[in-house]
Amino acid sequence: MSETADRVKKIVVEHLGVEAEKVTEEASFIDDLGADSLDIVELVMAFEEEFGVEIPDDAAEKIATVKDAIDYIDSNKG
Amino acid sequence: MRRVVVTGLGLVTPLGADVETTWSNILAAKSGAGRITRFDSSDQKCHIACEVKPADHAYGFDPNKRVDHKVQRQVDPFIIYGIDAAGQAIEDAGLTDMDEATKFRAGCSIGSGIGGLPGIESESLVLAEKGPGRVSPHFVHGRLINLISGQVSIKYGLMGPNHAVVTACSTGAHSIGDAARMIKDGDADIMLAGGAEATICPIGIAGFAQARALSTAFNDQPEKASRPYDKDRDGFVMGEGAGVVVLEEYEHAKARGAKIYAEVVGYGLSGDAYHVTAPHPEGSGAYRSMEMALKKAGMTPGDIDYINAHGTSTPMGDELELGAVRRLFGNEIANVSMSSTKSAIGHLLGGAGAVETIFCILAIRDQIVPPTLNLDNPSEGTAGVDLVPHQAKKRQVRAALNNSFGFGGTNASLVVKAVD
Repeated sequence: MSETADRVKKIVVEHLGVEAEKVTEEASFIDDLGADSLDIVELVMAFEEEFGVEIPDDAAEKIATVKDAIDYIDSNKG
Repeated sequence: MRRVVVTGLGLVTPLGADVETTWSNILAAKSGAGRITRFDSSDQKCHIACEVKPADHAYGFDPNKRVDHKVQRQVDPFIIYGIDAAGQAIEDAGLTDMDEATKFRAGCSIGSGIGGLPGIESESLVLAEKGPGRVSPHFVHGRLINLISGQVSIKYGLMGPNHAVVTACSTGAHSIGDAARMIKDGDADIMLAGGAEATICPIGIAGFAQARALSTAFNDQPEKASRPYDKDRDGFVMGEGAGVVVLEEYEHAKARGAKIYAEVVGYGLSGDAYHVTAPHPEGSGAYRSMEMALKKAGMTPGDIDYINAHGTSTPMGDELELGAVRRLFGNEIANVSMSSTKSAIGHLLGGAGAVETIFCILAIRDQIVPPTLNLDNPSEGTAGVDLVPHQAKKRQVRAALNNSFGFGGTNASLVVKAVD
């Protein structure tokens, strides 16, 4: 598992209060991890802080799974 | 006429995370006061408070018991305390498995005096330091006063009236009184009612200290600072926590064989129309509030055995309240016991009226009245009144009166009595 994936999963576990095993790369934030739209806003903010990236609203709207988040961060971090 | 009884209790206080622990500590004359641990208070005038203790303390509070991890992250502590106290009350009342029809007739009236002050303070700093894009999306609904009622209704599926009182330090009493009326009026059969507060944060302590409301003379002896009716009192000690009761229509409670603690028989309300922080100099608002509560209860002062006073330990407030009680009770003052449990747990602000009404109910249940701590040298105006100094006292308690008065000149009184 990549370093980015590790850090993303840690944030998801902390923010959503879910079991670490449930946070697979395929997991959907809303369908599998019990997040609502505001939780995703909060997660995106946490990713921005953690990785020093800007995730604009239109990009954030496309982040549906854990893998979507990891991929976006890996291709946009400085 | 529909009667309203109490069938469940829940408490989170500086002396315990449940009803029985808090009550036994209150009766044992313990104090919940100490140096502030939540933040560095060294630059403040006041360094003391009655904090709810952490989970690893002998009578500490564990938020994980009844509040989801995600909710804990999103909301201010007053909401966490409120959800937990409401959960305790529902469990105590045996209402954790209500059917759909019952849930439609069950509501919430849980308020707060100030709401999410620590979160407003910390997110304001985020805004100033990092900009609007870093403000939490949960900022608003994690701080709003009606979000205890909101969260509790969602958690337990309560679809009846959803209400939240905001009347400063009268909130807890108004919440119970208003909810009792909703049941009387037929709007609901069950109401979770009470109040919560958690404002032990830099802006909360500074704000009340600047208003000259807090004790500052006992920073080195925190347990001595809250001393209602004592000559050396110099302000209140901030407390925090929550109190929630289950109110239920009497026949509804009887039909399901519920344990009935007491009946809510009287509710009085008034306004001072005088000053934003100072009580009316003749205690007229306090007098009228108590008078109305007794009238509604169909009682006279001789029927009341215990008064849980507002008694915050401020120089003016204690005296004026006692003066109002004296005028209302006349000769009957000799037969009543009146104490301030704020001497033990501090002033829970919006939670106070609910927590103290629960103490009134427990006084009736156990036929014992809780003490006023630190009453070493009673003020001159207190002669001839049993203020229950230092130690709890066994005595007959048929009915009890709770007083709560708040900034803005808002007053509420509740009368509870044993069910015949």
